[in-house]
Amino acid sequence: MSVLHSAPKFTRIDGLKDTLAGALSTMLIDASEEHGELLLTVQRDSIEDALRLLRDEHGYQQLMEIAGVDYPSRPERFEVVYMLLSLTKNSRIIVKVTAAEATPVPTVTTLWPNAGWLEREVFDLYGVVFAGNADLRRILTDYGFEGHPFRKDFPLTGYVELRYSEEEQRVVYEPVELAQDLRSFDFLSPWEGADYVLPGDEKADTPPVDEAKTTDSPKETGAGAKTDEKADEKVSAGAPAEEQTGKDRTPAPEPTEDRKDRPERKGDTKDTAAATQPKNKD
Amino acid sequence: MAHGLTIEESPTTGDDEITNYTINFGPQHPAAHGVLRMVMELDGEIVERVDPHVGLLHRGTEKLIEHKTYLQALPYFDRLDYCSPLCQEHSYVLAIEKLLNLEVPIRAQYLRVLFAELTRMSNHFLNIGAHVMDVGAMTPNLWVFELREDCMNFFERASGARMHSAWFRPGGVHQDVPEKLLVDIGEWLDNRVPELFGDAMSLVMDNRIFKQRNVDIAVVSREDAIKWGFSGPLIRAAGVPWDLRKSQPYDVYDRMEFDIPVGTNSDCYDRFMVRVQEVYQSARIIKQCLAEMPSGPIASDDRKVVPPKRGEMKQSMEALIHHFKLYTEGFHVPAGEVYVATESPKGEFGVYLVSDGSNKPYRCKIRPTAFSHLQAMDMMTKGHMLPDATAILGAIDVVFGECDR
Repeated sequence: MSVLHSAPKFTRIDGLKDTLAGALSTMLIDASEEHGELLLTVQRDSIEDALRLLRDEHGYQQLMEIAGVDYPSRPERFEVVYMLLSLTKNSRIIVKVTAAEATPVPTVTTLWPNAGWLEREVFDLYGVVFAGNADLRRILTDYGFEGHPFRKDFPLTGYVELRYSEEEQRVVYEPVELAQDLRSFDFLSPWEGADYVLPGDEKADTPPVDEAKTTDSPKETGAGAKTDEKADEKVSAGAPAEEQTGKDRTPAPEPTEDRKDRPERKGDTKDTAAATQPKNKD
Repeated sequence: MAHGLTIEESPTTGDDEITNYTINFGPQHPAAHGVLRMVMELDGEIVERVDPHVGLLHRGTEKLIEHKTYLQALPYFDRLDYCSPLCQEHSYVLAIEKLLNLEVPIRAQYLRVLFAELTRMSNHFLNIGAHVMDVGAMTPNLWVFELREDCMNFFERASGARMHSAWFRPGGVHQDVPEKLLVDIGEWLDNRVPELFGDAMSLVMDNRIFKQRNVDIAVVSREDAIKWGFSGPLIRAAGVPWDLRKSQPYDVYDRMEFDIPVGTNSDCYDRFMVRVQEVYQSARIIKQCLAEMPSGPIASDDRKVVPPKRGEMKQSMEALIHHFKLYTEGFHVPAGEVYVATESPKGEFGVYLVSDGSNKPYRCKIRPTAFSHLQAMDMMTKGHMLPDATAILGAIDVVFGECDR
């Protein structure tokens, strides 16, 4: 496939994949090339040796980034992804290892001092432990935060929220209470991968019901628990609409056609169609 | 005490030796450029150790992006480094285009380069001004802020927003610019920038106080700069002529003629001067863009990615369907993963985008520039005086929206 995009073009080295695969030999699990990126998956325990080899023998001097990714369905759910840059060869490669909660990844702070914070970040957000990192504190989340927020099973809203309490004169933490349900719109087309039952589809298999379903009370509007709670509350006592005045409202006006006292239309026009349809401009 | 000399006893300090003490620099400090808390261990006024605490502005941008479609996630990038919004968008749209292998029309590439450079100028104006003010000068900051204001007005005329433009889109840019805007940018570069910026810098560059505060402060060797993952003006100040616009050109940077300024001494003064020179180089690039930019479409004609214009949408049923589907479901990106890094004004700004083939990014890791630089704060500040910390911080050019994400 020819390259059409205009994303950064770094030097394509012929046979780089085979060279590096050969050099890493037993440490390597998988090497692949996609979208012009070279991805190397290596054994977790030998990540330090692998990166040292790439740094010292193959000129990947800079560690630009360590990213964590969570794939909950895999046996080892986390991927730790190292982005390496070679200033001399003008080349980038991506090196990965997999890890689970209980399997520590060897630290690479011995190779690059800036790995310290990058590993702290992956630890903080995913809970991957880096063996040998002397300073594995949380970094982006709050002091005393619990949990690892970027895991896929951590809810977007979190579990606690904080506010300044006037009574206690300090910031207090409370369980998250949303003023309305979190709205998550899923616009995935049902023809392309929506893996849930479309509203209404559940009726297809069930036999027809005896009684028609009606919305008996304002509670059953489907607007969420919050709204349901509020639904029975009276908005205001004695709103004008609820008062029984005993009088009829002003009746609707008569249809125009029946107004016989109207003077007859002047001119030849029989109907109004000409005035409402677009004119032919030619 | 050696050689029989006696040291005069101070009446106030007594006989105790002065022990190290720890202070908090921030989280609310005018020279911290945002919410940075640095726990500093001081020996008198000498900094022994710095422990920067970041994350006070962590908003979970990357997690939020996982819950948005590709297009909905774009405006988050403006809000990372709010001093150079368009350069952040640049990395993101290029990452999407790389996964889609989408061709961008040449005019859109020129417009992107033009506005990325305008953003670079505006970012450097702010940083140069703030850095100068951190070490005691007031006037230059006010002057370069005038220029920054001009840049903001240009962004507003192009996108409708002064800061959070959301103007770069996958496949091109959102809207074409009016002809008059390009004329005005050219005029501004020819007349106003050299005058105002030149004047402001003439007050600073050879100023004795400014040099005393910056020369030989936080010298970082080439090896250290590489080891600590430096990029952008910091690695160039260390004498490494590394610029992603040159070495890994994207959009039409390979057609541009510009120089990479490098430092010789790798101190705060060099970092400052590299930025000053980069402003002139950016001006050069913009002038070339203005001269060479062809007319033509400003976004890809791939209707499955780029929504139709509103006027077209009102006329054609096909366009209406595309418009609706793209703004609700969004487009699907083929599965795969890419790491795309561009030269933002502060250094290498990268996006590691993992797609699972759906309409939302599976993972979008943002590589901030400030994270690696700030980490080296301890290494750079050690042994310097407390007030030097502000100069060092100013020369790093840190913005916490980006550092903390």
